[in-house]
Amino acid sequence: MLSTFFAVLRRDLLLAWRGRADVLVTLAFFVIVVCLFPFGVGAEPNQLRAIAPGVLWVAALLACLLSLHRLFAQDHADGTLEQLLLSSEPAALWVAAKVLAFWLSTGLPVVAVAPGLALLLDLEQGALPVLVLSLALGTPILGLLGAVGAALTLGLRGGGMLLALLVLPLFVPVLIFGAGAIEAEMSGTGAAAHLLLLGGGLAGALALAPWACAAALRIATD
Amino acid sequence: MNSPERSRSFFRFAAPHNFYPLAGRLAPWFGAAAVVLTLVGLWLAFFVAPTDATQGQVYRVIFIHVPAAWMSMFIYLVMALWSAVGLVMNTRLSFVVSQALAPTGAMFCFVALWTGALWGKPTWGAYWVWDARLTSQLLLLFLYFGFIALTRAIEDPRRADRAGAIIALVGAVNVPIIYFSVKWWNTLHQGASVSLTKAPSMAATMLAGMLVMAFAAWAYTLAVVLWRVRPMILERERHAEWVGGVLEREAQIKGGRA
Repeated sequence: MLSTFFAVLRRDLLLAWRGRADVLVTLAFFVIVVCLFPFGVGAEPNQLRAIAPGVLWVAALLACLLSLHRLFAQDHADGTLEQLLLSSEPAALWVAAKVLAFWLSTGLPVVAVAPGLALLLDLEQGALPVLVLSLALGTPILGLLGAVGAALTLGLRGGGMLLALLVLPLFVPVLIFGAGAIEAEMSGTGAAAHLLLLGGGLAGALALAPWACAAALRIATD
Repeated sequence: MNSPERSRSFFRFAAPHNFYPLAGRLAPWFGAAAVVLTLVGLWLAFFVAPTDATQGQVYRVIFIHVPAAWMSMFIYLVMALWSAVGLVMNTRLSFVVSQALAPTGAMFCFVALWTGALWGKPTWGAYWVWDARLTSQLLLLFLYFGFIALTRAIEDPRRADRAGAIIALVGAVNVPIIYFSVKWWNTLHQGASVSLTKAPSMAATMLAGMLVMAFAAWAYTLAVVLWRVRPMILERERHAEWVGGVLEREAQIKGGRA
């Protein structure tokens, strides 16, 4: 069973590596969205510092949302998805592998770039580890929830907008606890509670989302 | 299909050709009940219930606001329940009912937000505050929109049913999480400006008016959903023989009246 998991993981990572441009576009999007905020709200350092957690989190969330459609679209188009569904391996397993590969190729770069961007917004240096940790715990939840939405909207006209409408309300708790962790750290109350809740959310999503996503994929390819 | 079994079981109404006439018979009764209850409720609300000591006349919006808010949340639960039943038991009618419920739920959600804004302006001094209840109600409206948009975007009804059912269930799992996260976020950012839970004890007539209005909302929902289910059934079952018979009979009745 684990060999299936690693085979799918390796295949998807390899595909992501061959199409590096897509990953770089996601990163560039993340960077540009963050850089737009000073133009919109003014370059006052105190204000930027105050909104930095929210800005970084919203930008990471949007970057994740915009790359979600890639998760299954290509496999759906070339028939790989149907073959995977026909195979005797449990669908939740390779769905989890695909989501992990997706997170490694789009979530992880975002997490890695975020501290650099935080410096642009003059975020306190002490809050940087919490920023990285909250993104590292939160973006996989976005990927797991988003995978369900991506599977449901597979192959639909205007699927991108529909996907946003479906998953953005579900992303709200992640955004609240993710940005809240950094703010709590900055205000001195400590980020432990927020990070623990994010970890719990990740465990819950990891347990439930692959099943829902596999069911959605079966419906989509029926 | 052609010979409906005469079983006494309640479950025979799960078959569309049995449910269609039942819905047609029940809908006018619920509609009439909704009209009567609304008139009684509004009469209680505007003529019997006393003026509120602290809020004056403005508070009377709760007679519409609170039943609408209750109904919007309850309908989402019922929608998720029928979705689950449909997925588990594979009954076509369950999906139809859950899709017929969604627009009414979204409507009540919007009414609750709108009347809340109208009440908020004179009471809080703002149409909108990022209060936990308001925010989670807004997100509920988005969940309704997502469900409606997804089921309308998929042309194959079989796929639309199942995809809608999954998103309704995912939403139902997330509703409590959203509510509590928003509540916590809200208490971290600002103190609640007005607490609805600590409202002064209500006069009996106020409570009566609100309950009557709540029942009116129930009756309205049942009537509208039953009415909406009928054409949906006909459209989906249009290849079945009984649909032709039903349409001919209805055309005859209409011709007889004219």
